[in-house]
Amino acid sequence: MHPHDVVVRLAHAPSLWLTLLLVGVVLLMPHTAPLFHAWFPDLPRPVYTRASFVALTLAHLELVALSSGGAALFGIGLGIFVTREAGRDLAPLVGALAAIGQTFPPVAVLALSVPLLGYGAAPTILALWLYAVLPILEGTITGLRAVPAAVTDAATGMGFSAQGRLLGIELPLASPFVVSGLRTAVIINIGTAAIGSTIGALSLGSPILEGLATSNSAYVVQGALVVALLAVVVDRWFDHLASMTSFRSSGRGRSITS
Amino acid sequence: MTKVHDRVLVLLCCVGLVTTFFAPFLDQAPNRLASSTPLPLLNAPGFEAGAVILGLGLFMPIALLTSDRVRSLATIGASVLLLWACLAAAGHLAALRAPSGTPAMRLSLGPSFWSLAGIAVLALLDAAQRARLGLGARLGLVGLVVAGFILMARAGTFDSLSLTKEFLAHRAEFATELWRHLALVCAALLLAFVVGVPLVLAILRNDALRGVVLASLGIVQTIPSIALFGLLMVPLSSLASAVPVVKAIGVEGVGPAPAIIALALYSLFPLVRGFTVGLAEVPFAVKDAARGLGFDRRRMLLEIELPLALPALLSGLRVVTIQAIGLAAVAALIGAGGLGTFVFQGIGQYALDLVLLGAIPIVLLALAADLAFQLVIGVVRR
Repeated sequence: MHPHDVVVRLAHAPSLWLTLLLVGVVLLMPHTAPLFHAWFPDLPRPVYTRASFVALTLAHLELVALSSGGAALFGIGLGIFVTREAGRDLAPLVGALAAIGQTFPPVAVLALSVPLLGYGAAPTILALWLYAVLPILEGTITGLRAVPAAVTDAATGMGFSAQGRLLGIELPLASPFVVSGLRTAVIINIGTAAIGSTIGALSLGSPILEGLATSNSAYVVQGALVVALLAVVVDRWFDHLASMTSFRSSGRGRSITS
Repeated sequence: MTKVHDRVLVLLCCVGLVTTFFAPFLDQAPNRLASSTPLPLLNAPGFEAGAVILGLGLFMPIALLTSDRVRSLATIGASVLLLWACLAAAGHLAALRAPSGTPAMRLSLGPSFWSLAGIAVLALLDAAQRARLGLGARLGLVGLVVAGFILMARAGTFDSLSLTKEFLAHRAEFATELWRHLALVCAALLLAFVVGVPLVLAILRNDALRGVVLASLGIVQTIPSIALFGLLMVPLSSLASAVPVVKAIGVEGVGPAPAIIALALYSLFPLVRGFTVGLAEVPFAVKDAARGLGFDRRRMLLEIELPLALPALLSGLRVVTIQAIGLAAVAALIGAGGLGTFVFQGIGQYALDLVLLGAIPIVLLALAADLAFQLVIGVVRR
């Protein structure tokens, strides 16, 4: 794709405008006191000021990025291992674990990590990591299993080493499934990170929880608006990533099989 | 020469032995705030500790068995023994350490207990899958494990554990919140159904509308639960104060109303998508034959399309039910009650056993719903 085409495409993409809207809302939040004062006249302090919304958003993104990044490394690695000859015995167990683990509610996982690590950001990251591993793992296993045997056989016949085949052929072909697992993980994590404020992590959930505790609806609206917008924006960008990977992999797949 | 036929069992056995010797089985503290001292499994009465080690140790010779079927069945036996032995050991060790007259004493389940119980459950699941047990046999197995647990609970085995103490202290509340949790989930599913079915019928033969509806429901799905609860609170409370009738039927900014609406909104996407996909997958030849037999559109929908789409609808409903059980926990934060109440209360008071009192039933409800739907889907597919 020519760089110019990318620019043209982005200009028409709602994700770019939504991202700008998110940045605008986060930056302008400190100046919205008159607006929220008019909306909720009974509240003496209509805008959350304990931490700036820039700091809250960055802290929120840090929680999600650290946990999802770690989960991606671990989940993709384990997914590769159980689809190789050496780890084949473990595959049914890991598959069952990933399926059952996803029936565990995120709140329960979050609450259960408190006994292990106490309060704060650390148990939140642990819980988010644990929860994110499962969909990524499931996506990786599904994706690698969906690679047709004819393709891997052809690659072996062409003289690919096991490693070269994995990196050059199997992973690119599996990438749409991996990205879809990662997307599920990140979106769930954005929501669970907000609840992480109940166990003491700083996130966009902090104004929501303080608002709920002190009956300050304005705080609730502010936190909820930003975190909802953040989730929608990130999901839109994953949509781009998904269409890019499926385009690339189907293109490559065709050139190999034909 | 002996050969290991099941490396998973050997791995589970080794992990189990490591946690048995290096992690606390129970944690003991004189009260909720004091720091705790670890109690290893070997402090438990000899019979129960021996049974745990035996159940775990049996994994090794079982891994050498050649026949797949025999090995799976033996694994099931050893895992059930391990699970029961863990429960008995935890209960009796706690009873030994908590003499009567020390009500503030906390005896909490430790990492070693959770890993051993987890290993037993994993081995059980793996073996049940390998043995290709039917649904009836699986249910029987769950019943067997639960029956053992109930017998021990009846005999007072767990009375000294602080989890049991929290349960007894909150007994009346527990029943209320459990029913409230189930009521929230059922009301949300009902609302989603009432809205979803006409929606599916409306978008079924309208491709443009289908795209718009599924895309907007998909966006709702990405919004974090706590944000959706919060965003619904404000309009609902202004609606309630502006229109007295709305308030009279119990709709308020906080409480069950925003929770049920939010849970129903989350349920719509998987439900509508599952249903539409199911209906779209009804083979054209079948519909063509029915049309040839003179079926009108109504009979076609009721007698041909709906029955054939039922498995897809049920799998959508399965996803939605499990999701709603988990999300209803968050509803406690906006005053809707449910089992999440214990979770957040426990977090606030640093009473981790109270957290477990809320979290364990939520997980069990989700697993039970999963099993029930698997059962129903299995029956319908037949």
